[in-house]
Amino acid sequence: MKQKQKRLLRFQLVFLGLAVLLVIAVVLNINTGSVKLSAERIWNILFLRDRSDPSYDILWKLRLPRLFTAAVLGGALSLSGFLLQTFFRNPIAGPFVLGISSGAKMLLAVVTIALSGFMTHIPVSLTVVTAFVGSMLSMLFVLIFARRIRNMSSLLVIGIMISNICSAVTDFLINFASEEEIVDLTYWSMGTFSGKTWDDLKISALLVLPTLVITFFMSKPIGAYQLGEGYAKSMGINIKVFRVVLILLSSMLSACVTAFAGPISFVGIAVPHIAKLMFGTTKPIVMVPGVFLSGAIFCMLCDLVARTVFSPTELTLGTVTAAVGAPVVIWLMLKRKSEG
Amino acid sequence: MGYYFTTERLTVGYDGKPLISDISIGIEKGEILTLIGPNGSGKSTILKSITRHLEAISGVISIDGADIRRMSGKDVATRLSVVLTERIHPELMTCGDVVATGRYPYTNHFGLLTAKDREIVQESLRRVHALELYDRDFREISDGQRQRVMLARAICQEPEIIVLDEPTSFLDIRHKIELLNILGEMAKKQGITVVMSLHEIDLAYKISDKIICVAGDTIEDFGTPDEIFTEERISRLYGIEHGSYDTLFGSVELQKPCGAPQVLVIGGGGRGIPFYRTLQRLGIPHAAGILYENDMDLRVARALAETVICARAFEPVDAKTEARARSLLNSVPYVADCGFVRGTYNRCNERLLHAAKEQGKTILSSTKALLETFGGRVPS
Repeated sequence: MKQKQKRLLRFQLVFLGLAVLLVIAVVLNINTGSVKLSAERIWNILFLRDRSDPSYDILWKLRLPRLFTAAVLGGALSLSGFLLQTFFRNPIAGPFVLGISSGAKMLLAVVTIALSGFMTHIPVSLTVVTAFVGSMLSMLFVLIFARRIRNMSSLLVIGIMISNICSAVTDFLINFASEEEIVDLTYWSMGTFSGKTWDDLKISALLVLPTLVITFFMSKPIGAYQLGEGYAKSMGINIKVFRVVLILLSSMLSACVTAFAGPISFVGIAVPHIAKLMFGTTKPIVMVPGVFLSGAIFCMLCDLVARTVFSPTELTLGTVTAAVGAPVVIWLMLKRKSEG
Repeated sequence: MGYYFTTERLTVGYDGKPLISDISIGIEKGEILTLIGPNGSGKSTILKSITRHLEAISGVISIDGADIRRMSGKDVATRLSVVLTERIHPELMTCGDVVATGRYPYTNHFGLLTAKDREIVQESLRRVHALELYDRDFREISDGQRQRVMLARAICQEPEIIVLDEPTSFLDIRHKIELLNILGEMAKKQGITVVMSLHEIDLAYKISDKIICVAGDTIEDFGTPDEIFTEERISRLYGIEHGSYDTLFGSVELQKPCGAPQVLVIGGGGRGIPFYRTLQRLGIPHAAGILYENDMDLRVARALAETVICARAFEPVDAKTEARARSLLNSVPYVADCGFVRGTYNRCNERLLHAAKEQGKTILSSTKALLETFGGRVPS
């Protein structure tokens, strides 16, 4: 029917628009900063590898890895949000609502305080590993409850409670620590893409991209799951396995983000919403790449705003994502209401 | 044996605790099997076990000789589809999209629809007379339309059996009839076997080839509607104590007002029914006067009137019956004249009415007069 062609055209146009936005975001990010560079110099540095340029290091060691990490992690965070919203059938479910960051922060607090007697600064790699393990642990709890509780709203409440318990434990520990002891923890919990290296990018890409591909290949069962568990089962899906896989995929994605960039709130809720309204569908086969791409662009642009608008003072990323994202979501919701 | 769909010594329940045990039934291909029984009796539990949403505790469920519990999820999906009670809330999906999810077991890894799949989607919607909904957003259509779309989705899965859990709930009477007509046609023309639960037992009687009565820890009865639908069985199944259910016509009467009759209703030919019902609403005990056994008034009078004077059909009313009516007349202060048809064989009723007038009884000749007399509010 006609609707079908109209829809296909819309998907193509939105993807095209996103591709253009992606290029713009990349160019702006490279070009903007406390050191201004001309297009010619950027060309020389990027493609001719002109090491004699004094800005070579700024571009290759600071801006580029940061830019790409923002893209990969932003995409991961958004996709994780989309998966959790599908799983919980709740538009406000997201990695941070469910205590992924609180779990990470709690374990990080334990490790930081335990090691404070031995070293002044814990190495970044240890922060990353600790945060990752902490995130996975809190999701493991959600998963254990998910096996027993079939009602999604109750499960969501349990996730939020786990998050609160972790926060309480963290606050308790911090009460007994001195400020110097927890400086790394404080820095991590601000949430930022600042200071990311090529190694960070490599590891996060190695974790995120395969997860993205697997998720894409699961589009069909995810789509069936959107109709409800009963119907999904009647189509031949093994629900028990599917639930576990879905949670594992989304926690893999968000744990990775939390480990490398700290807690970045709001992206996981806002971006899937924005993408859904842009594409006018919830079909996973469109939404999985669409959400990832939108998230990447969203985070690159937010990071750009965070580091340039009040330069040289850098804003925390969460400030920008919330300030930019929330009004956008509200506006889109209002717009949709008037349409429907 | 030899039945198309069977359950043998099937025991179902939750968490390993048997709820209903020893269900052994068999139906032919293209038959409609309906589960009836009171709320909470376990109809859904049985259906969920058949669709494998719930693991059966023991026993065998088979389609065409193949044990459904040993099949892969996909195999079951190509043979059995469902319409569940759970409501779906798909976002930004058209009815066509919802129906197309039924193609799941047949599409490729990414779930892309081929031209043939699309044709089947449209054909399924056409079969439930809802093709015009194809491009409509699923959230914007009415309950009746939704249920038809969900049935189209089940049809689109090209099953041999469709299992429906209370498909007529939330539907108004017109949509109930439409849905059941579609099911009946589908079963007879396409040979799709239907297993469902219904609350409307009158409809169950009319649509089903076989009926299961579910109550207690095993199924009470299994058989054809004509075997199952006796007044006594239905009243026992549902534990009807205050009121009655006419199995022949599927009509329900509420609790009979008890006590010494205040009104003798002289009826016949259906004229008495509004009078009995009005008196029931007012809570006035009454008697129904001479009715032939085959009079339609009699079925309702038996359910609502304290005393019924009844005469053998196709015979003149004998003197004994008339005498009973006369003595009843003496004991009531009011007489209702329903405007019954006068004829050779019910002169007795005319005589009865005449006697009432002579005795100076108050004659009420409309339901409005009943309301005025017995204190009900008269709608202006």
